[in-house]
Amino acid sequence: MTISTGPLSGSRPRVGLFVTCLVDLIRPSVGFAAVKLLQDAGCTVEVPLQTCCGQPAYNSGDRATAQALARKIIGTFEVFDYVVAPSGSCAGMMAKHFPELFKDDPDYAAKADRFAAKTYELISFLTDVLAVTSVDTSFLRKVTYHDSCSGLRELGIEAQPRQLLKSVRGLDLVEMEEATVCCGFGGTFAVKYEEISSVIADKKAMNIEASGAPVLLAGDLGCLMNMAGKLARRGSRVEVRHIAEVLADITDTPPIGRGQKP
Amino acid sequence: MSITPTSAQFKTNAHHALGDADLQSALAHVPTGFVANRASAIANLPEFDALRDSARDIKNHTLAHLDLYLEAYEEKVKAAGGHVHFARTSDEANAIVLEICKAHDAHIVTKGKSMISEEMGLNDVLAAHAITPVETDLGEYIIQLRHETPSHIIAPAAHLTKAQVEGDFRRAHVDLDRARNLEEPETLLAEARTILRQNFLKADVGITGANFLIAETGTSIIVTNEGNGDLTQTLPKVHIVLASIEKLVPTLEDAAQILRVLARSATGQDMSVYTTLSTGPRRADDPDGPEHYHVIILDNGRSSMLAGPFKDMLRCIRCGACMNHCPVYQAVGGHAYGWVYPGPMGAVLTPALIGLDQSADLPNASSFCGKCEEVCPVRIPLPKLMRLWRDRAFERHLMPWTQRAALGFWAFFARHPRLYRGATSMAIGMLGLFGRGKDNLNALPFLKAWTKSRDFPVPQGGTFQAQWAKRNAGPQIKAPKS
Repeated sequence: MTISTGPLSGSRPRVGLFVTCLVDLIRPSVGFAAVKLLQDAGCTVEVPLQTCCGQPAYNSGDRATAQALARKIIGTFEVFDYVVAPSGSCAGMMAKHFPELFKDDPDYAAKADRFAAKTYELISFLTDVLAVTSVDTSFLRKVTYHDSCSGLRELGIEAQPRQLLKSVRGLDLVEMEEATVCCGFGGTFAVKYEEISSVIADKKAMNIEASGAPVLLAGDLGCLMNMAGKLARRGSRVEVRHIAEVLADITDTPPIGRGQKP
Repeated sequence: MSITPTSAQFKTNAHHALGDADLQSALAHVPTGFVANRASAIANLPEFDALRDSARDIKNHTLAHLDLYLEAYEEKVKAAGGHVHFARTSDEANAIVLEICKAHDAHIVTKGKSMISEEMGLNDVLAAHAITPVETDLGEYIIQLRHETPSHIIAPAAHLTKAQVEGDFRRAHVDLDRARNLEEPETLLAEARTILRQNFLKADVGITGANFLIAETGTSIIVTNEGNGDLTQTLPKVHIVLASIEKLVPTLEDAAQILRVLARSATGQDMSVYTTLSTGPRRADDPDGPEHYHVIILDNGRSSMLAGPFKDMLRCIRCGACMNHCPVYQAVGGHAYGWVYPGPMGAVLTPALIGLDQSADLPNASSFCGKCEEVCPVRIPLPKLMRLWRDRAFERHLMPWTQRAALGFWAFFARHPRLYRGATSMAIGMLGLFGRGKDNLNALPFLKAWTKSRDFPVPQGGTFQAQWAKRNAGPQIKAPKS
């Protein structure tokens, strides 16, 4: 696979991949897809030993843990030109909320700001920093795309994934109704308020089903697991994948929640 | 006296709400009505975002000098012949209303829509003193018949279907022809109008809320779509305005600026049908108007928000856009929130006014989707403020101990990457065993909160980090075999 790139194609940026907990534990293929996309776009990719961005602690009011995890990540990724995560939610935590965590710490605020400035979500990093405009791959399916909330509203990721998806040969992108409405995941929200989360997920599943697309893509594994889990429970046959898998042409793995080959 | 909060039972309230077919059918209109209408109104106003900035700045400026503007406002109201009363608490505000009503020997009080009066629990107080309050906003009138509280700050009866309202009218208006047709909303409206008209004429005191108090002129402004506010405040001999301290703006021009974002955010209208200004009682050459004009300005905990991080919340102009667009509100409706203010704005304001220990669920019951902040006309960072309440709940150990323990367990491993890698590899290996030959893991007890209503996918197997380490970060990366 080759990727059309713009200005940075002459240099090799050194990228630290922040793989995210869920990709690490549940779906490593998304991590490998991210590595492939970054390498094809001319990056050197490394994966330092890492755990979590701290969002569960941050959103549960445990600032001390969130700060401790943030310091650890900022230190770990100090040597890289860029930090890239295949998740708008984790990237949003690091790029938008790390500075917030340290804004009253004069010794550390500048460091957190510098870290935040070089941290990106995968797809928008490809398009906005590496000036990737298309991918050279094919996927002969009709797909619909869900805009995950953090990526959309914290990082402004909306046009970028659609731009790259439209460059995939044979891929037919159809928009569902309310693509930008929450799927009901919300991290710990999904288990703390399981009942409400489930109702929101049902509405999302109905919009996905109504789109007529047999494949659902999104950029965040948490949302994807929520939607895939809900679709499966409803008996839907919609296949659910992370967008990076399609863009990187790593689709020989079964979709999320399917043990068998598709 | 004020209404007893049930915010502490949010989860139970939400459970009942989700099982209430009438409520769910009523709530289905929220996205097709409010949300769609706002979107088209904003699409027609390219400068909307600039107006939001301006509205935010006006409110911030006013809050920064609120003491001065309150004093200036009071002077102007007095100069126009009116009275201003400052009330620290709901009890004080209720006592002032009662005193005014008694001084004028009031038996019937008409009311325009006022969330402050809901906060005060005023109707119960009046009724306890043999004064009959009559709500004149159609939605408020309906819920008064049902002995309910508003479920929405601008559409109090948003939780009801037309069929329910028809049933209520038939039960309440027993003197009317039983065979009458009430199927169309217009016929319901006409019936309410006829009954309310009699009360407008009989009322001794009219009570309204306020969308704005204008410091430069001593004017109070209400916006309505039914004209009920005008009849409430001009026909009786006494007009009482109930407002909270953050309704102040410096000038009429400031109010005009904020009005441009208010109705568009609320209902998608360019302007509400009625925007009514009142300045003091009737003057000698006025053809109509009240003989007495009182303004009661309620604090009820707001002044303590001025100095802290929740000050941003005092910019709120009560348009309701945050709740209209909130997936949680759309699912459970307003009553589940358990007090006067529902949705994201309620999740931030309620803990400040009734205490976090009474309402710790509210700022937690959000997926942090951020839609509320995106649509807020005065750019209140609602998710950030909800998160600040979560910080305080954590500090005060208000979250269930099971959640705190789970968080602590996870945090321990997250802080120790090598232990984390070992433990997660082991856990994923175990899950792989449980899930062998299956697509989803739906029988594990610790996943129950997830798997009750959704499948949990069997992990692909092996953690990414373990696989990566094995491959030793070579340049040739292959997709993992499934």
